[in-house]
Amino acid sequence: MSRDFDVIIVGSGPGGSTAADVLTAAGRSVVIFERGRNHLIDLDDPNQLKYEYSNDEIKFWSRHFLGPDPWLEPRTFRLREEDGERIHVGEVNNLPATVGGGGVHADGKLPRFREDDFRMLTELGPVDGATVVDWPIGYDDLEPFYAEAEKAVGVAGEAGANPFAPWRSGPYPMPPGAPMYCAVVTSAAAERLGFHPYPAPTGCNSVPYDGRPACNNCGFCAYYGCPIHAKGDPVALLRRALLSGRAELRPDAFVKRIVVQNGRAEGVEWIDVAGETHVETAEHVVLAAGAMETPRLLLLSGMQHPMIGQNLMFHFQTLTFGHLPMRLHAHKGRAVTHTHDDHIIVDDAAKAAAREAGLPWIKGGLVEHGAAAHPLLESKLYPWGPEHKEMMRESPMRDHLVGFTMQGEDLPQATNRVDLDPEIRDIHGLPVARTTYHPHRHELAASAYYGPKLEAILAEAGATWARTTSSPRLEGDTIFGGLWKMGMIPASRHIVGTTRMGTDPATSVCDEWGRLHDVPNVVICDSSPFPTGAGYGPTLTLVALAIRNARALAS
Amino acid sequence: MPRFFDEHQYAVVQAACARLIPTDEQPGATEAGVVDYIDGFLGAFESDPPLIWAGGPFSGRFGGSPGFATFHRLGPRDELAWRTRIEGSLGITERERLGPVVGLQERYREGIAALGQDFVDVDGQEQDRRLQEDRSFTRLLYDHACEGMYGAPEYGGNKDLVGWRNIGWDGDVQPRGYTDEEVSQP
Repeated sequence: MSRDFDVIIVGSGPGGSTAADVLTAAGRSVVIFERGRNHLIDLDDPNQLKYEYSNDEIKFWSRHFLGPDPWLEPRTFRLREEDGERIHVGEVNNLPATVGGGGVHADGKLPRFREDDFRMLTELGPVDGATVVDWPIGYDDLEPFYAEAEKAVGVAGEAGANPFAPWRSGPYPMPPGAPMYCAVVTSAAAERLGFHPYPAPTGCNSVPYDGRPACNNCGFCAYYGCPIHAKGDPVALLRRALLSGRAELRPDAFVKRIVVQNGRAEGVEWIDVAGETHVETAEHVVLAAGAMETPRLLLLSGMQHPMIGQNLMFHFQTLTFGHLPMRLHAHKGRAVTHTHDDHIIVDDAAKAAAREAGLPWIKGGLVEHGAAAHPLLESKLYPWGPEHKEMMRESPMRDHLVGFTMQGEDLPQATNRVDLDPEIRDIHGLPVARTTYHPHRHELAASAYYGPKLEAILAEAGATWARTTSSPRLEGDTIFGGLWKMGMIPASRHIVGTTRMGTDPATSVCDEWGRLHDVPNVVICDSSPFPTGAGYGPTLTLVALAIRNARALAS
Repeated sequence: MPRFFDEHQYAVVQAACARLIPTDEQPGATEAGVVDYIDGFLGAFESDPPLIWAGGPFSGRFGGSPGFATFHRLGPRDELAWRTRIEGSLGITERERLGPVVGLQERYREGIAALGQDFVDVDGQEQDRRLQEDRSFTRLLYDHACEGMYGAPEYGGNKDLVGWRNIGWDGDVQPRGYTDEEVSQP
């Protein structure tokens, strides 16, 4: 059979773009299917970028500009099977459905995982009710690919600034950008209490890099596309792939099924913007649709491995807020410029707290120092009437509220999973992804242990009050009352774990190269194969894995 | 000329928004033209391209050309989603995949009618009492009032940038941005 392309890539986010770049560099031809619209790059002349993102709260927050539209492509959610088929239809942990994927809306904090994160079972041991395992690869295997990923995306950071960082073979490609005032205040307080904040490694140009300008601190960063392409979204990778002449990018193209015959993928069926179904064939299929849509597509394709969709993990976010008397102007600068890793380290005190909670150990996560930024989101939180004007001027939420988000490690559980909703259909008439998710006792204990430490930092910084809540919200948590319902659905957009990788086909879906045990010419290049979630955002690690997997595929 | 509201509806929404975000020593919803923002949204498809997504990358307020003013075209699926949301499903099969949808236009027609024919003539206290009666519609109206007050003026509200001026907010600052000193200093 004649084939137009060597490899079909499903998804144009950081994973798919990386695979396209690596494969085209190795002489392979690829076609990239992206279900969302293209606002990133001119497909007729890839040297030209598109300039359609903007500093616009309405477009990005109220009107789903980056997609997916939750009415066209809903998801469903339940906490446990006992809830019935679902308790919610609509938005569930949506990452952008657009060319560039999740890389477009992220503010680009791109940390590496630590050595221990790949050896959780060996280092820390099992936990009842969780499926803690070691990764089939270690940090040393991935380090060269981390270094390559940082160069490809463009990461600004300071080697040596974080005493808990893993070893690295070289410096960051760029120095850190300007520290935000709010984070200068909180990181100084954290240091006084013996913690170790450092400039967050950020995929955001501090100097002109790779033909793209330096960030000019406009402040519309997290959840926005960058109007000037200073952010480390996948645009550089896509541009290079398209300029090779061996890549074609198809936006508004939804892959509905992988066609499998005799244990090999023959190609995919896809739906164009007019609703017509087509077939594309190739030697290999790279799946980079994200940790919810990737298992959904495997299930839609009739794949049988019982672990597909299992061990869904997010980050359990501990959210500690406080009120500082001075104006923080957090709308100037990147969304987050400082982080600290102290609560990732399982020390004797954490072990003692774990024992008290009846657990062998607890582990927290990366702590982001941040503050609110934009007035439209703020305004809806205040009451209407004369108070509205007073509060908007005084701005307790936007200009005085400072806070920490701890991206707490979420233990894998087989019962937390993505499957196909039995009734709800998307605009294509296909079953949508259903999430069944409830945190493990570990996450609650870790949050309860670290929350007061974060409050103490805010008190040291001069906060007049500090409170802690979490996402997902805990049953019975009444903080902020009806004013700020964080909800039972995790707010985290860090989604991992739904096609676990490992050496044994009985206990894993894919191997260490992302190849499905059952259909080895399907290679996963997103965060789905992560066996455990770590307390760090997944993007740099999934890009490093995508480089490694795509290079193995090409050779 | 309003796009969606009739004269009476326009006056009621304007009066109601004046209670939600009142005029005090500074301009409020009335001066910001919040009602025009809402009318522009409900009548988004009176324009081509529809007033759903403003363009980019710059507004022109801090340099560059005024790209916000040219709205994006919608693809067929996005048009379906936004028409369904605004106009309702109206018994059209492809709009009822997830069940019937009550459109924003109908919610406004009913919400405005429920505020009473004499809403603009009664005193402020009585207007507040009526707004407190239908919390669901008032919440919707308030969300939209905030968007018309603090959103980009290209969507029809925030006239003369009064929403941003009130709170000392610069709004969209590209391509100027902020200097490193502005970011890091108090």
